[in-house]
Amino acid sequence: MRIPVKPKPAKGPVVPPAGSDPHVLLRVISKFLIPLIALFAFYVQFHGEYGPGGGFQAGVILAVSIILYALIFGLAEAKRAFPPWLVRLGMTLGVLLYGGTGVVAWLLGGEFLNYSVLFPDPIDGQHYGIIAIELGVLTTVTSVMVAFFYAFGSRQPDIEDGDW
Amino acid sequence: MILAADISPAVPTILLDICLLTLLVVTAFAIVRMRSLFAIVMLQGVYSLVAAAWFVTLDAVDVAFTEAAVGAGISTVLMLSAMLLADRKSTPVPKTRQWGALAVVFIAGAAMLFAVPDLPAYGSADSPANAYVGTDYLAKTAVEVDIPNVVTAVLSSYRGYDTFGEVVVIFAAGLGVLLLLGLNGNAGRYRAEVRGQRLSERAAPTGVSARDGTVAEDPPVDTTPVQAGGRPSVTGLDT
Repeated sequence: MRIPVKPKPAKGPVVPPAGSDPHVLLRVISKFLIPLIALFAFYVQFHGEYGPGGGFQAGVILAVSIILYALIFGLAEAKRAFPPWLVRLGMTLGVLLYGGTGVVAWLLGGEFLNYSVLFPDPIDGQHYGIIAIELGVLTTVTSVMVAFFYAFGSRQPDIEDGDW
Repeated sequence: MILAADISPAVPTILLDICLLTLLVVTAFAIVRMRSLFAIVMLQGVYSLVAAAWFVTLDAVDVAFTEAAVGAGISTVLMLSAMLLADRKSTPVPKTRQWGALAVVFIAGAAMLFAVPDLPAYGSADSPANAYVGTDYLAKTAVEVDIPNVVTAVLSSYRGYDTFGEVVVIFAAGLGVLLLLGLNGNAGRYRAEVRGQRLSERAAPTGVSARDGTVAEDPPVDTTPVQAGGRPSVTGLDT
């Protein structure tokens, strides 16, 4: 199958005439929705003890808000908002936070990942331990999902509107 | 799900289950028969969403939430972006190579049907999920962890090792992708070519042709600010 190659466009920034942006509706609505999606992710994260949800789901939803931003406003803009070094840092820090919680419990005399020893009151220990590891899960999942998108998105050919 | 009729007399639920499972089967057959990868990815999202709805009717809201967020949400996007690096259509498999796969499907399906009578009834108190350690978790969560959602307590406290393993698996997957593809895609020096053909002229490096093996001094892409209606969209929202 031969994909027709479109003629090379003129150099310099192409400024479309006013009112001709086909994505203006998408841009306006997603600009409104993206903060809400991120907020919902944090709701899922911190409400996981009371309802369905937790670090995994919250991480995925948070990553979706960043990916939606990249889809609408472009990968370069998304990389300015959520830079690649943060992605690398986040995916490592999350695992370290999770494992580190276990090691701290270890050092305090309990078993690995036994949160009860983290605080004098075992129930407090459980609560804070769960919050810590869920934060670790959130960080890793968000960063890895965004990393996937950056990795795939950064090397694909430009897609012409007509190719779809 | 025929067994569910014995437990719950509510007819609408079983009807809903039948509808959802039928939709799942129809979607699965549609995916098998399609050639356009774009349609297949979309149908996989549909499949996940229907599966999530079905999990809700089974009272497994946590699983349903995960399925909806991961299966229908992010994996659709990731599959789309992965698909752009590959081809848009799958090549049909010759008939002679389909018999083996058909045999595997039939044997596996027969084995599963053979195992169906041994399954516990839906919601049965004697089922392995509800007996043994499950009852312990239910009884002790209120005392030891003191959070209302038992699923969270099991996932992060009682089964903390498992969840740690899952996080490490996700981390390893991310590491693998970054090692193979790189976070910046070769800093934009090369662009993927589908079957050796560059999809758009604009994707070519402006400096020297990537074909020569020489490297443009300045990574030419992704540096210009995004223009309205320009080319930044990655997975083509205009479909």
